[in-house]
Amino acid sequence: MRPRRVVIVGYGMAGARLAEQVRARDPEGGRVALTVVGAEPWPAYNRVLLSGVLAGTMTAADIALHDPAWARGNRVRLRLGARAVRLDRAARTVRLADGASIGYDALVLATGSRPWLPPVEGLADDRGEPAEGVATLRDLDDCLRIVDQARPGVPVAVLGGGVLGVETALGLARRGAGVTLIHPADHLMERHLDRTAGMILAALCRAAGVRAVTGRAAVRYYPGEGVKLEDGAFVPAAVTVVTAGVRPETGLAADAGLAVDAGIVVDDRLRTADPLIHAIGDCARAGRAPQGLVQPAWEQAAVLADLLTGADGTARYRAGPVVTRLRAGDVDLTAFGETHLEADLTALGETHLESDSPRAEVLSYVDPARGTYAKLALADDRVIGAIVLGLPDAAATLTQLHDTGGPAPGDRPALLFGRALPQAVADDPARLPDSATVCRCNSVTKADLVRAARSVGGDLGALMGATRAATGCGDCLRTVRRLAERLEDDSGNTTEGTGT
Amino acid sequence: MNTAVAAHCPYCALQCGMTLTPREPGALVGPRDFPVNEGALCQKGWTAASLLDTPDRLREPLVRRRRGEPLRPAGWDEALDLVAGRIRELQDRHGPDAVAVFGGGGLTNEKAYLLGKFARVALRTSQIDYNGRFCMSSAAAAGTRAFGLDRGLPFPVTDLRDADVIMLVGANVAETMPPLVRHLRRARDRGGLIVVDPRRTATAEQAALHLAPRPGTDLALALGMLHAVVAGGHLRRDYADARTTGLAQAWRIAARWRPEEAERVTGVAGACLRDAVELLAGARNAYLLTGRGTEQHSSGVDTVSGWINLALALGLPGRAGSGYGCLTGQGNGQGGREHGQKADQLPGYRRLDDEAARRHVAAVWGVAPEELPAAGRSAYELLDALGAGTGPRALLVFGSNPVVSAPRAGHVARRLAALDLLVVADTVPSETARLADVVLPVTQWAEEDGTMTNLEGRVLLRRRALSPPQGTRTDLTVLRELAVRLGQPASRFPDDPEEVFDELGRASAGGPADYAGISHRRLRAGEVLHWPCPDRRHPGTPRLFLDRFAHADGRARFVPVDHRGPAERPDPDYPLIATTGRILAHYQSGAQTRRVADLLRAAPAAYVEVHPDTARRAGLADGDRARVVSRRGTVEVEVRCVPTIRLDTVFLPFHFPGDERANLISNPALDPTSGMPEFKACAVRLAPANGERP
Repeated sequence: MRPRRVVIVGYGMAGARLAEQVRARDPEGGRVALTVVGAEPWPAYNRVLLSGVLAGTMTAADIALHDPAWARGNRVRLRLGARAVRLDRAARTVRLADGASIGYDALVLATGSRPWLPPVEGLADDRGEPAEGVATLRDLDDCLRIVDQARPGVPVAVLGGGVLGVETALGLARRGAGVTLIHPADHLMERHLDRTAGMILAALCRAAGVRAVTGRAAVRYYPGEGVKLEDGAFVPAAVTVVTAGVRPETGLAADAGLAVDAGIVVDDRLRTADPLIHAIGDCARAGRAPQGLVQPAWEQAAVLADLLTGADGTARYRAGPVVTRLRAGDVDLTAFGETHLEADLTALGETHLESDSPRAEVLSYVDPARGTYAKLALADDRVIGAIVLGLPDAAATLTQLHDTGGPAPGDRPALLFGRALPQAVADDPARLPDSATVCRCNSVTKADLVRAARSVGGDLGALMGATRAATGCGDCLRTVRRLAERLEDDSGNTTEGTGT
Repeated sequence: MNTAVAAHCPYCALQCGMTLTPREPGALVGPRDFPVNEGALCQKGWTAASLLDTPDRLREPLVRRRRGEPLRPAGWDEALDLVAGRIRELQDRHGPDAVAVFGGGGLTNEKAYLLGKFARVALRTSQIDYNGRFCMSSAAAAGTRAFGLDRGLPFPVTDLRDADVIMLVGANVAETMPPLVRHLRRARDRGGLIVVDPRRTATAEQAALHLAPRPGTDLALALGMLHAVVAGGHLRRDYADARTTGLAQAWRIAARWRPEEAERVTGVAGACLRDAVELLAGARNAYLLTGRGTEQHSSGVDTVSGWINLALALGLPGRAGSGYGCLTGQGNGQGGREHGQKADQLPGYRRLDDEAARRHVAAVWGVAPEELPAAGRSAYELLDALGAGTGPRALLVFGSNPVVSAPRAGHVARRLAALDLLVVADTVPSETARLADVVLPVTQWAEEDGTMTNLEGRVLLRRRALSPPQGTRTDLTVLRELAVRLGQPASRFPDDPEEVFDELGRASAGGPADYAGISHRRLRAGEVLHWPCPDRRHPGTPRLFLDRFAHADGRARFVPVDHRGPAERPDPDYPLIATTGRILAHYQSGAQTRRVADLLRAAPAAYVEVHPDTARRAGLADGDRARVVSRRGTVEVEVRCVPTIRLDTVFLPFHFPGDERANLISNPALDPTSGMPEFKACAVRLAPANGERP
């Protein structure tokens, strides 16, 4: 049987992953003949790591997903620098900008998303592209250009205080640029954070050298000079970076008459209404709106590879929980689930505060001076949401509890702070209970040592010989010595006492 | 008057030095200065002499003609004639592979060698493997593919004393090898001890940094750490360029594992993971050591490769004062995996599918190369095939107790029961011996000469200190007697350990683990010899890889590996992850240590460690009897509430028999390369013992 011709439009993180997953299931290409069409001129790279390139911790070579020989070595026909311009569903072909036409038995749209330019006067040119001096942060080219321009001391404006905006602002500040982060909402990352967290995050940004301006939108862009805000204030900037969110690339699908609603609409088999056409990643809407996150794209790639190769015809995609993670410089932030609930104090007879879920339990800890914040929402003993800033241990545990749906531990403070509060160590052997094991290597308890001292006395060597304490790893030697001293003192006292 | 004999402890791969002074009965253990243990011993070592006069020591062969009949005493000739006769009968009817052999990592080099030769030459069976498959096989395979050679520690263990930073992955040495902790002190006291373990073990308690991944996610952690090495600018590019290949391919995978991605899978905070990398990268001297916790998985080989990749990125292996190593577990876990009791292996760590190796070894054995069988089944596959279909109809067990130590132990016991013939050579009536048709009483450590290769590749001579009990024979004599009854010339199966060792040296000559230059005489003279040691004037090789790795091009290999996770994951029916391991007072299946009164008093029974919240949700409290139920079986044990354990994880020690066997629940999902079963992660549920029936 002739292998099924699968064409993947898009050689970004989703498309590249799908190609790998197909070949992992069909290494010889007996079931699927694979063609990948990529608009950029180089092999796929890990877009998630662009912030690392921006911050200077990684090079362009470090973030490549494939080496140039990858396609040949994996029986993939790869068309680089090729833009798909039209789908012909009746003829089952995809037309490229250079006029070439590629036939398919199954087509996958993995076209990703493009940065959104907010309606700020002068920000876009006549064609809707970024004006001179304006950069977005979508591809490697953007990134290298910004790195080149945002040198130490150069004033930079970052428009949009979401995750990418904050990360970019911190990365550029680290490179020495004078960064102003402009965000129209009242606090940073308002979709993910409550007001307190947003305020603390802004303070952390300030400490890292980023001026955060919130509650004021940019209204006008002056090339090479800066940005005017709605209250008339002016932010000077030689470079303006726009991080105001992305819009899915849905043009090909829409033109071909497929349903688009904040993304190409697909079912749990990642199919559009045309059963031969699929969509995954940022351009697709599988259940919920696109997130700009890589995790769903990779999960979708695995499911679609199962279906396209026939490795598992029952595979279905179900959106998993989404976690927002921001880490840049000293800022370590995690947010997921219900983050806007407030503590319910009705049980205390106080005024009822707002809460969407009547059974929700909300705990929080705020330390603005140290930039630490933790808020935790639970329902039925399950973690349903959290914001954790500056307590990375706690974030890791909470995220896993959220992902697995497992019950939360009863020790809520330990959960909130990430580790059990340190236990007081009984340093004085006199305060050890008799049953306490002093020497683990030889199973010697304090009672054993006391008993041995009655027959051999408190001499350290004699005690060690009699009990074998401290003759293994030797770590309890100090405790045994102190105990021996005390036992010797005690036996001395006893003798005196008997004498009188 | 009896004098003290220099001896080595009969248990783990440290092979601590001790003295034995014969008494009537038994002997007395005394301290002896030896680099590995510096005169110290753990409780197992101090009480080891109890093994020599244990009341139920086997002193005569036992046989039963039919299953269901009790074992009855028999003479040696009767027992050996019976075994040889049944072997001939079964092989005549079903072919050579109808008879299988199962060895052990506690056997001396001489025994391991002769057992392999016996299987291939006297039985001409391909069906031989050993319990080291359950122990070292993943680390061995990963070490070989990275460095071209597998020696657990490619440096003396005492080198650890000078390290600034030591990272232990899945190794609870404070319980399993207490004297080793002495060598970790400097690193520990400087805040340089990093421990990776899902549990807060006695070892983790001492760490400056304890990373507690969800069981079965170690490879994601290793990948996240490799990512952090590169992203943090800690990659030793000069070293990678000069001494390794494959970094680019390994990095492509690790590039996807930002610490935050690893965090989501492992539960280890990205920040902690970065701290660990900073500690390792900032050290002048650093070591990364793995243990069974990270190796006993169905992806064990890849997981170890992940750790080796990390060590290579940091430039540790093959650098004086730094390195990667795995901590071998069983007493002769190192030598036992080198001399031919492994399914795919010939002496000298040679491969059975290598034509040159077959020619060399066949010449030493005086047989034609084509007479040597091909590679056989790995340990669990072998046990699983017993008495069914094309599987073996007879099994000869030496130095192992698979009824307790094999995964899915209930099934393994049923397979053993389906055999036509089970023969067990042991010192005591182990749980496996009790199922046998023929039990052969053999001598043990202090009653015979023999060599052991400890965890650092040093070959040690264990001397006979006292006479064996009347009625026992050495394993070597048993093999010789059986071989002769099967038509082999007696000269081909010597039973003098020194003679066997000399032949082992010739068979290993030119192989990766070359013992040709080592002799009992040199060892008696006190020479310190680490293999390889190719000739009689060679000083041995305490440190490997300083100039080159063992691959033909001299370079180490980064291996591109990705995280897969355990074969079985928690679900609503089995919501918890069970992991198994050792505790201080016992060793392996406990066949020895459960017979030592002091050790049994210290740890009389199995238990399950559970977080108090998890116990409460299951309707259990500390001290209650609980059932731990998996898809394969049920263990009934006491609950021990431990507030430091993860809520999703329970732990069981595996040393106990009967209904308390942890391996009744363990998962025999095998690593595709090493055949290692997944001892360290399976899905279970917890219930009160008197409630639910499984």
